[in-house]
Parts: sequence; structure tokens; C-alpha cells
Amino acid sequence: MTDNAFKGLSPQEATARVQASLKQRKAKESRFRLMGASAIGLALLFLVVLFAGILIKGVPGLFQYYVTLDVDLTAERLDPKGDLSVESLYSGDADALVLEAALKSIGEEGGRKTKKALRKMYSSGSGIRLIEYIQANPKHLGTTQSIKFAVDDDIDSFLRGFIQRETPQEDRRIDDLTISIVDKWNEAGLISYELSDYLFFGSASRDAEMAGIKGALVGSLITLFICISIAFPLGVAAAVYLEEIAPKNRFTEIIEININNLAAVPSVVFGIMGLAIFIVTFGMPRSVPLVGGIVLALMTLPTIIISSRAAIRAVPPSIRDAALGIGASKMQTIFHHVLPLAMPGMLTGTIIGMAQALGETAPLLMIGMVAFIVDIPAGFTDPATVLPVQIFMWADFAERMFIQKTSAAIIVLLAFLITMNAAAILLRKKLERRW
Amino acid sequence: MAFSFLFLLLVAICIAFYLAGRKRVESARLQGIKFHSLPNYHGLWTALLAFVPAGGLLITWSIVDIQLFQHWVRDFYPADVIVSGGSQLVVALAKVENMVAGVRFGEPEAWVVQASDAWTSWASTSTWMKTITVLVLAVALGLYGYRQIEPSFRARNGVERIFSGALIAASTLAILTTLGIVFSVLFETIRFFQLVPPTDFIFGTEWNPQFEGAERAGSGGGTATYGMLPMFAGTFLISTIALVVAVPVGLASAIYLAEYARPKARATIKPLLEILAGVPTVVYGFFAALTVAPLIKNVGEALGLTVASESALAAGLVMGVMIIPFVSSLSDDVINSVPQSLRDAAYGLGSTKSETTRQVVLPAALPGIVAAVILAVSRAVGETMIVVMAAGLAANLSFNPLDAVTTVTSQIVTILVGDQEFESAKTLSAFALSTMLIILTLGLNFFALQIVKKYREQYD
Repeated sequence: MTDNAFKGLSPQEATARVQASLKQRKAKESRFRLMGASAIGLALLFLVVLFAGILIKGVPGLFQYYVTLDVDLTAERLDPKGDLSVESLYSGDADALVLEAALKSIGEEGGRKTKKALRKMYSSGSGIRLIEYIQANPKHLGTTQSIKFAVDDDIDSFLRGFIQRETPQEDRRIDDLTISIVDKWNEAGLISYELSDYLFFGSASRDAEMAGIKGALVGSLITLFICISIAFPLGVAAAVYLEEIAPKNRFTEIIEININNLAAVPSVVFGIMGLAIFIVTFGMPRSVPLVGGIVLALMTLPTIIISSRAAIRAVPPSIRDAALGIGASKMQTIFHHVLPLAMPGMLTGTIIGMAQALGETAPLLMIGMVAFIVDIPAGFTDPATVLPVQIFMWADFAERMFIQKTSAAIIVLLAFLITMNAAAILLRKKLERRW
Repeated sequence: MAFSFLFLLLVAICIAFYLAGRKRVESARLQGIKFHSLPNYHGLWTALLAFVPAGGLLITWSIVDIQLFQHWVRDFYPADVIVSGGSQLVVALAKVENMVAGVRFGEPEAWVVQASDAWTSWASTSTWMKTITVLVLAVALGLYGYRQIEPSFRARNGVERIFSGALIAASTLAILTTLGIVFSVLFETIRFFQLVPPTDFIFGTEWNPQFEGAERAGSGGGTATYGMLPMFAGTFLISTIALVVAVPVGLASAIYLAEYARPKARATIKPLLEILAGVPTVVYGFFAALTVAPLIKNVGEALGLTVASESALAAGLVMGVMIIPFVSSLSDDVINSVPQSLRDAAYGLGSTKSETTRQVVLPAALPGIVAAVILAVSRAVGETMIVVMAAGLAANLSFNPLDAVTTVTSQIVTILVGDQEFESAKTLSAFALSTMLIILTLGLNFFALQIVKKYREQYD
């Protein structure tokens, strides 16, 4: 096009230069690719380390050590009034019977020192356990039965090897006498390592060997029930309004901005709102699942609304047109056609929202669900705690055994979460329709 | 108990009205009369007419009457309680409420007994009146609805209007929640600023709220200081550490997933990464406090460094792992939405895949990636349990990752967990901190959305 002759590289020179740089560029390419792959590898490694760490600590926490003692279930001493009533059993002498059985197990009369040591070696809830045994098997009264009692948490730690025999006595949590008794029990084959019944059927306790998650689990389920019965209908209703009915105006826009903002508000702030509004202003009681459920519902609402809207949007317009065309009203179209078709997507979103609510801790701390509650909650306004908060509280306790119990509780929580998420994925796969 | 029983009774009445209304239309239709609406809608209209006003009345009454009792019961308080006000009033109310609930601590004072007797009688009167009013209202309106049933009556339109109203109400809940959040922190923050000047709070470098208790106990000495900077420095430090972990790992993963991974690998890896975001934060906190923090301490001490047992590094690293999926998923979406034509053009000029990605795709996706990172920052700033469990409570103004620092969220939790007095500056300071936290996170969110909006305009 111009008169000037082209003064560039000759083709041969150009090829040579490209050839020379090509090797470098290819090396760069593979480095780049490797970087991406190793980042994913690293992230997955974190995941594996996290789960492995929890499992290694937690699986032993599902078990604990028990000692089998032959207890003389003397009727007069266990049940002084002879009517098997609760008062009669609790006025009885269950603790002393357990101690006698323990003394018999090591074949000694036992001085005061031995008795004192022994009393600290089995769980302080053993008397109650004996009473519960009698309540379950009243026919055994008057016989001698082998009954398993949990060992004290220090003994448990010793049997697991966390307390070394070699440590000098004054630095150890248990003394030589206790260790010699443990050895006797071991020789007699009285010690057994079993799935912990306290973990699954026991409630909160300061004694590590008796602590269980049943109360927290029930509290979680009640809270979740309230949460879902508020969040699901309201979330679906809001999504239907915004997708199907709402005119495009300022009001709708404000609602949408609010939903997006709420999704970004830190969860602890919802707890503060619950504290200030429901507890201080409305005078609702503290520590109850009702308030916890409402707060979690408000927190998960944006998640449910957003996923429900996506599900509604995925229903093709032709369905609506067909319904309207044969004379359905707008509401009939929505409730008879759009909603049933969008339901799988909405349920998936709801399950994911519920999983989020199940794992949430911070807002519940704010509204007082962190109290030490022994009774298993039976209603919406009974004081309760939930599983993540229980984990948080146990994580603070100093006893070695609580670390295992905490990890075991985490395993249970993760099992619930994984089940819920798997259910969401299955639901989506099974019911989702591609149009 | 009375409430749930009454509510169930109300529901039963409504079901009866629904069945009656539907039945009436159905039998009329059998005789060949043509109705405007289907039987179902006539039944629903009757039931809704019976339910909505009565149910609303029931709920309002149940909330209002306790508030009223709490107000009336003040007439029984001894003069000194009313004069001293504040926490004394709370204690007095608790005494009466315990007495009403049948919980006794020792020998109750005479006025408590009188007050609780009065309360009990108010409560029983209120329950009776409530039961009668609600039931009469429900039955009367239900009967009115039943009498409205006739062929030309537009029951469907009425029902749909009510439904539509309910849908609107449900979506305004988002606005109400926002207002609730704003007002719940706003009033307490204003009260806090009446006690502590805002400049002292915002620019103060010392955070030491516990002196107040000592003062009241009479030991005197020192004043409480409420400077928020140490907490924000702590939050900043931990979030920075988290980002140093999450941004490179998350971004590189996103690039690999979007540009290199085969669809099948992508379909497996993406959900796996998202598990990291689904693990409850309390689990991360436990992991950070029990596994990561001791590890860092041991390694640091082996290298001759002084490491606090609750170092910012442990909390930051674990938080970084938690927010990897936020960065990777959002960035992955953004990278995928870069038009293929841009890539094709770069390939056409002879670029390799990595050159295309670095010089064409990433610059094009940059605004979206920045938005993703900002959202991750907002997540890190608001994260609570990890820092509560692993970062400690020492309010040091320090930028050394091996020191123990505290954060805004962990202070809020520490102050507000357990019983608090709403009069003390210490409790109120938590609300002031929350206000700052909300402003910060919403500001970040707004900023991110703004960037995304601008980016969208370029390619759509």
C-alpha cells in the first residue's frame, strides 16, 4: 500500500525467534497449569486434614471405658419403701452398693484410703445408673447382677494413655493406689471399651464421662423445626411475589436491595437483633428454641428467597401461558402450575438454608442459648441449647476427655449436615426437570 | 398452653367453616345452579374470614397483655425500687414473674405476693376475655361469610386478594428485618455515645471496658476506656491473613476450574471445595484452637520466635481456608462469563492458553474478581466463632501476626453472652461496635455490587 519497502524480519529469522521463545512459553504454560492444579490440591488437602483431624480425635470420643461390677441388688437397701417409686429409690443406698461392689471387685475389705480412691474411680453418676437399671429391670431386685459403670474421666484418660504411668505421682492427676486398682481391674478383665451410651443418651454434664449430646440434639431439632416452619412459607411467598406478581417499581426495588443486604449481614448481628427486639423489647424468655428459631429463620430467609426465585425463574413461560390460555386466573396459574414445578428447586434451597441454620452458633449465643441446661427440652419455650453451642461450650472445658467428646459431637453434627446436603443434591437430581 | 390450645381450636373452627362452605356450594351445584367460583373458593373464603381477624387478634392480645401486666405491676413495687430504677426494676419484675410461675426462692416479700396475686387474677381475666372474644369473632365472621355464599358471589377474587396481600406481607418482611436490625443497634448506640463521646470511641487506641465493675465494687482506680481501634486493627490483621491464604488459592483454583479442568473433573471438584464453606464455623474454631494454634506455637518456638498461644495467625489461616470457596466459586462464575470470542481472538493471534488467560481473560474478569474478593473480605470481617475460639480477648493494637489480638465480633460476643445490664456503658459498647460492623460489611457489599454492576454493562 505504501511505497516504502517492508523492512521487517525475514521469514527465516522470524521462525527462528519464535522457535527459540516457544520452549520458554511452553514451560510457562505448564507452570501456570501446575499452579492452578496445585491450588486445588492444596484446598482439597485442607479439606482432608480438617476431616481427618476431626475423625482421629472424634472416633475415640464415640467410645469410652466401662468397668463391670457385680452388684448385690439388696431389695431393702435399694428400695426402702418397697414400692419402686422414684422417692423410694432415691432415698435408698445405691451409691453405697456400688462402692461395696467395687471393693469386692478388688477383693479387699478396704481401708478409708482405698474407699476414697475407689469412689473417685467410677463415674459419680453410678448410683443413678444403678437406680435406672432397677427401674428398667425390677425383677432383678434381690439378685446379684453384673452391671457396667463408666469409669471416671481421669481413669479413662489413663487407660487411653494420656496420663503416663512413668510420670511421678505428684505430677499425675491420679495416684499410685488408683493405678494399682486399675491394674487389678484389668487383670480381672472387668474393664471394657465400648460405644458410649452417655454420649448419645446423656445430657449436658460437668463430668466428662457422663456428658452427652441428647439434650443439645433435641434442642437443635426443635429450633430447626421452628426455623423451617417460619422461613419456608415466608421465603416461598416472598419469592412468588417478587418473581410473579410484583410490578417493577421503587417498592420492589427496595425489597430486593434489602434481601441482598440481609444476605451479607454477619450472623452475629441477627443475634443482636434477636436480643434487642425479642428478648428486651417483647420480653420473650432467654435460652428458648422459639426465639432461636425465629432468629435463624430471619437469617436463612434471604438464602431461601434467592434460591426459590431461581427455581421459579427456571419454570418456562410456556407453562404459564398455557394455564392462562385455558382460563386459569393468575393465582391459579401460580399455585397449580408454577409452584409445583418449582418445588424441587425450592426444597433444595430450603434444605441448604436449614443446614446453614443447623451449624450456626454466634446468633444463638447472643440470645442466651448458651446456658448450662441438664433437662432435655420438651417444648418451644423450654430452655434449651443446640449442638453447635454445646460444641462451643465443651471446647472450653479443661478435662482431657471433653476434647474427645467435643470431636465426637462434631462428627454427629457433620453427619447431620452431610446427610442434609446429600439429600438436597439427590432431590435436585431426582426431581429436577430440564426444559 | 392456653395460647396453643386456643389456636388449635381456632384452626378447627376454620376447617369446619371451610367444609361447610364447600359443601353448601357443592350441593347447590348438584341442583344445577351455576356459581361464579368453584366450591373450594367459597369454602376458603368462609374459613379465611373466620381465621384472619380472629387469629390476628389472638396473637396481638397475647403479646400485648404481658406488656400491660408488666406495666401495671409497677404499682406494687416499693418506693425505693422505683426511685433507683434501672436494674432494680428488672430484678423486681423477675421476682414477681418467678412467683407467678410458682418458683420460690426463700420467703417472698409481702409486695411480691400481692403483685403476683394481682398478676394471676389479671392473667385469668385476660385469658377468659381473650378466649371468648376470639371465638365469638371467628364464629360471627365465619357465619357472615357462610351467608354471603350465592351464585354471583366472587369468592375466588376475594381469596386471591387475601393471598396476594399475604404474599406482599411476606416480602416486606425483608424490609422489616432490616429496620429491626437498624433500630435495635441504633438506639443503644446513641445511648452509648451519650456516655462515651463518639470521637473517643472511633479514634481511641485503648480498649479496656472492665474497669467499670471495679469502680462500682468500690475499689475505684482507673476509668474504663472505649477505643475501637485495637479491635478493628485485630479484625484487619486476621482478615488480611485470611485473604493472603484464600485469594491465591481460590483464584488459582478458579482459573484451573474454568480454563483447564474437564467438565467431569469440574463437576466433582467444585462441590468438594464448597464443602469447606459448609462446615460450621464452630468446627473451624475448634480446629484452629486445638490443632493449628499449638502447631504454630511449637513451630514458632522451635525457630526461636515468641508466639502467643492464641495467635492471630492461627485464626487467620483457618479463616482463610473457610473463605477459599467464596473466592473460587464467585471468580469461577466470573471467568466463565467472559465471552469466548475474546479467547478465540487471543488464540488466533497465536497466544498459548496461559497467555490468553493472563493477558485477556483475567483483565476482562478483573472487576468481578475484585467483587468476589470484597465479598470474601466482608465474610471474614463478620466471622465470629473462629475468632471467639482461637483469637483470644487481649485488645492489643498490634500488627504482628504472632501476637494475640481481638476482633470486633469476638468482643461483641464476649460482652453480650450471659446476663447483662442494659444501663452500663460496657453492654452498650457492644451495640456501638455492631453498628460499626454493620456499616463496614454493608459498605463492602455495596462496593462489590457497584463493581459488578459496572462490569455487567460492559459485556451484555
